[in-house]
Amino acid sequence: MLRDITIGQYYPADSVIHRLDPRVKLFATLIFIISLFIFRSVWGLFIATVFMFGFIRLSKVPFGYMVKGLKAVVILMLITAMFNLFLTNGKELVSFWIFTITYEGLRNAVMMAIRLIYLILGTSVMTLTTTPNQLTDGLEKSLRPLNKIRVPVHEIAMMMSIALRFIPILVEETDKIMRAQMARGADFEAGGIIKRAKSMIPLLVPLFVSAFRRANDLAMAMEARCYRGGTGRTKMKPLTYVPIDYKAYGIVLGYFAAMIAVRIVL
Amino acid sequence: MGIIKTNRLVHEYIHRDEEGNVESIQSALEGVNLEIEKGQFVAILGHNGSGKSTLAKHMNAILQPSEGTVWVQGMDTSEEKNLWDVRQSAGMVFQNPDNQIIASVVEEDVAFGPENMGVPTDEIWRRVEESLKSVGMLKFRNHSPNKLSGGQKQRVAIAGVVAMQPDCIVFDEPTAMLDPNGRKEVLRTAHLLNREKGVTVILITHYMEEVVEADKVFVMDSGKIVMEGTPRQIFSQVETLKKYRLDVPQITLLAYELRKAGLQIPQGILTRRELVDALSKIRA
Amino acid sequence: MSIILDKINYIYGQGTAYEIQALKNINLKIEDGEFLGIIGHTGSGKSTLIQHLNGLTKATSGAIYYNGADIYDEGYPLKELRTKVGLVFQYPEHQLFETTIFEDVCFGPKNQGLTKKEVQLRAFAALRSVGLPEEVYYHSPFDLSGGQKRRVAIAGVLAMQPDVLILDEPTAGLDPKGRDDILDQVAKLHRERGMTVILVSHSMEDVAKYVGRIIVMNQGSIVLDDVPGNVFAHYQELEAIGLAAPQVTYLMHELREAGLPVDVSATTVTEAKNEILEKLGR
Repeated sequence: MLRDITIGQYYPADSVIHRLDPRVKLFATLIFIISLFIFRSVWGLFIATVFMFGFIRLSKVPFGYMVKGLKAVVILMLITAMFNLFLTNGKELVSFWIFTITYEGLRNAVMMAIRLIYLILGTSVMTLTTTPNQLTDGLEKSLRPLNKIRVPVHEIAMMMSIALRFIPILVEETDKIMRAQMARGADFEAGGIIKRAKSMIPLLVPLFVSAFRRANDLAMAMEARCYRGGTGRTKMKPLTYVPIDYKAYGIVLGYFAAMIAVRIVL
Repeated sequence: MGIIKTNRLVHEYIHRDEEGNVESIQSALEGVNLEIEKGQFVAILGHNGSGKSTLAKHMNAILQPSEGTVWVQGMDTSEEKNLWDVRQSAGMVFQNPDNQIIASVVEEDVAFGPENMGVPTDEIWRRVEESLKSVGMLKFRNHSPNKLSGGQKQRVAIAGVVAMQPDCIVFDEPTAMLDPNGRKEVLRTAHLLNREKGVTVILITHYMEEVVEADKVFVMDSGKIVMEGTPRQIFSQVETLKKYRLDVPQITLLAYELRKAGLQIPQGILTRRELVDALSKIRA
Repeated sequence: MSIILDKINYIYGQGTAYEIQALKNINLKIEDGEFLGIIGHTGSGKSTLIQHLNGLTKATSGAIYYNGADIYDEGYPLKELRTKVGLVFQYPEHQLFETTIFEDVCFGPKNQGLTKKEVQLRAFAALRSVGLPEEVYYHSPFDLSGGQKRRVAIAGVLAMQPDVLILDEPTAGLDPKGRDDILDQVAKLHRERGMTVILVSHSMEDVAKYVGRIIVMNQGSIVLDDVPGNVFAHYQELEAIGLAAPQVTYLMHELREAGLPVDVSATTVTEAKNEILEKLGR
């Protein structure tokens, strides 16, 4: 199950999308998500589809690999579609028992499902082609203006990148502690909700203790390597725009303009 | 003055209750005097809880003395203005390889120290490449640290310190969590840096085999330095070491046992070669 | 009373890109009351192997018989098996979670569904058998030193009164005295209670000193299975797979080369000392 989630996993490849500045990709993803909620007509859907598949194609990430990421949200998608299907009023198509399917309901359900699928696919183009570090770097630099209103942007970005590094370690550790407690006869599956919640204590306490120990060690190691926050810090890989980034910005803005135009005109 | 010097160094861990009142005071260091010369490979031995790690953390200004003074390259570590120079000058490698790697890509982790110090980008690239080369990890530069073995992770951590161009590196039990091969990798790297780059090495450990090749050994017990000398001088005192919850390498122990049984074997045998020679002489 | 592994294969991450065969055709019989050592470098499959012995990991193919019963049979009480085959993980002190040492040691027997009194009796007995001073029983486990914490964790497994005790690297990170203390305690359990003990270790010196039989693993297979003297006679093969023999074994070979006709099968300091003294005619 955990293995199926492709969101947040980097797919190494050498493509023009991989080389784009992470700020461009963040911006494009944001615009794309907004655009998904402004189209109403088939024309809008068409433009969004061309735009998205163009990017997927350029990213050189196998489409099948991306689709795997959808598995994790199938249930969410079905529930959303159901609600739309049965709870929308309008022209009746079919009716059985207490359910009525309307034309509008069917349309909404399909549109909503497409929006969700596109949302996941669009976001995964970004996460699959951008390393977590580039992503946090991109966020840090994009959000730098917030420093003026005293948002600790550097610290937040640093925390995110550390979290990303330690997630696999903590997942492994959880598995190990679980096994160790099972070797002592613990049962994490039997019983009702309360019993199960209680059976998590032997897992959670050691996990927290370990996470705090790691945090402590890490803070010490960072200090020992002269870490003192974002001021005066240089970068090994500073973010600088190259011509292709400006072109990409142009394409993204052009796309957004087209989506708005379609919405107004059609 | 040596590269690191401590004078009557005392450190107390103060435990406070919720209201901030002192509950108990535990003294980890009780008047440590030591001096380490530039370019040496020095080992500090001691059982768990002997105070050796606390001492190590003073050399990098992670801990401050409760009493006494620590100088690194002549700089008093308790003076605020020296803090970053001290940390740049005395790098530190810790025990747990996972808990000291910050970035998700090897080369970016090595760059962390220089980035903090404000080294220009071009220079960072040069240093990262050179440091990774010096620990033999250059071909892993684009790997994720999670996929590396324990010994490899420690070498990345060492490269991260080397990239800060320190005068000395304090290794705080760098091999305690590694398997024998990882242990060898790390030790070989430490010796290499000492020999070829002239980096002063301070190795904190409780593995006796690791100190055989050191220039000088300090033994700690209950917050004090209780023995000081060359490995040979230290290992010729088997009974004293046992008293401090330590032991000696297997070959040294065998030589000691044979000597006790009446054979004419010199004290403080360290290597198999020496023991074979000594025994051959007896037979002749 | 024995554990038999019959053609055990274990494939990790089957059907994914990360598929690894962690165990390959393992056949093994562990007799009651044995003191067995398992050595192999990191990733050789030794940790995977021991997790099969108490049913925590299920083999991809093959069968395991514990006292004659197939543990993969439907309805086999796996939970009970885990209390019979006690497994102490690496760095077991990381699994401590209760507010007091005593409570923590009670966790295992409590899961066995014993009466409160029986649980407490077992916890006391277990804590005593690892040599922990009674005045700390009601302290928090987090106040203890590393070596003591580890003993509490071992007591936590012993309190289930297993017939087999498996320890994965029980001395990792301990200082020499802490190491000797733990291994001596384990040897005592083996000697006095006839408990079957399986020791997984990186230290050839420790293995040579304590166990009666050694299994060497490499790339998921058992490559050697014999008494220590015979296993370490293959020191060149051991080196080829990233292991080594104890230092004294090398010494004995070198002495022989230098012309002293010693028997090279000595693997501990005591054995080597007696052999050298004998051959020198003392």
